Amino acid sequence: MSLAVGKYKAGDRVRVRTDDRPGHVRTPYYVRGKNGWVERVYGEFLNPESLGHGGDGLPQRPLYLVGFHQNEVWGEYRPLGRDKLFVDIFEHWLDPA
Amino acid sequence: MPRGHHDLGGTPAGPIDRTEHQLDDWEILADAVNQALGAKGIRRTDELRRAREQMDSGLYRALSYYERWIASLETILIEKKILTKEEIDRKVTALEAKWGEP
Repeated sequence: MSLAVGKYKAGDRVRVRTDDRPGHVRTPYYVRGKNGWVERVYGEFLNPESLGHGGDGLPQRPLYLVGFHQNEVWGEYRPLGRDKLFVDIFEHWLDPA
Repeated sequence: MPRGHHDLGGTPAGPIDRTEHQLDDWEILADAVNQALGAKGIRRTDELRRAREQMDSGLYRALSYYERWIASLETILIEKKILTKEEIDRKVTALEAKWGEP
């Protein structure tokens, strides 16, 4: 499925931002600064960084399923076969890679 | 931003306790209260997550899963001026007098 929202499309290479951002965020620490690819465009959703602090979550933000190779994330880990990791990440946490 | 006390993916965890356990009645009740407050639009999941993330780290690690739920529900109810800490503490004291301390 390919939705015409946001600036990335399936297959685009992305790098997760390492922002020093206070408050509630949904981007796990272990993928920050890691390189991956957009696996799927979910569409636009209310922003949890606003909702978590009593806000209305607007404007909605594009959300992606982002894929990573396991050894990109864990370094020493040697995956079996082509084992991958997938994480839901909002567009404002991604840069082109 | 330093890693939050809730954001543990990839850190050493030691052996995993895989034994199953029955939920206690109070844990089921904690979920019921959580669901009811959500249905009434009083709390959002992200608010509860934020409340747990900003707890004192020592307290966060000392509490069990549903104890953290209750603590975050209390935080949100007090923030939104639905209950006061004094009202909650008074009720807890009364319940402890009736049923004994947990």
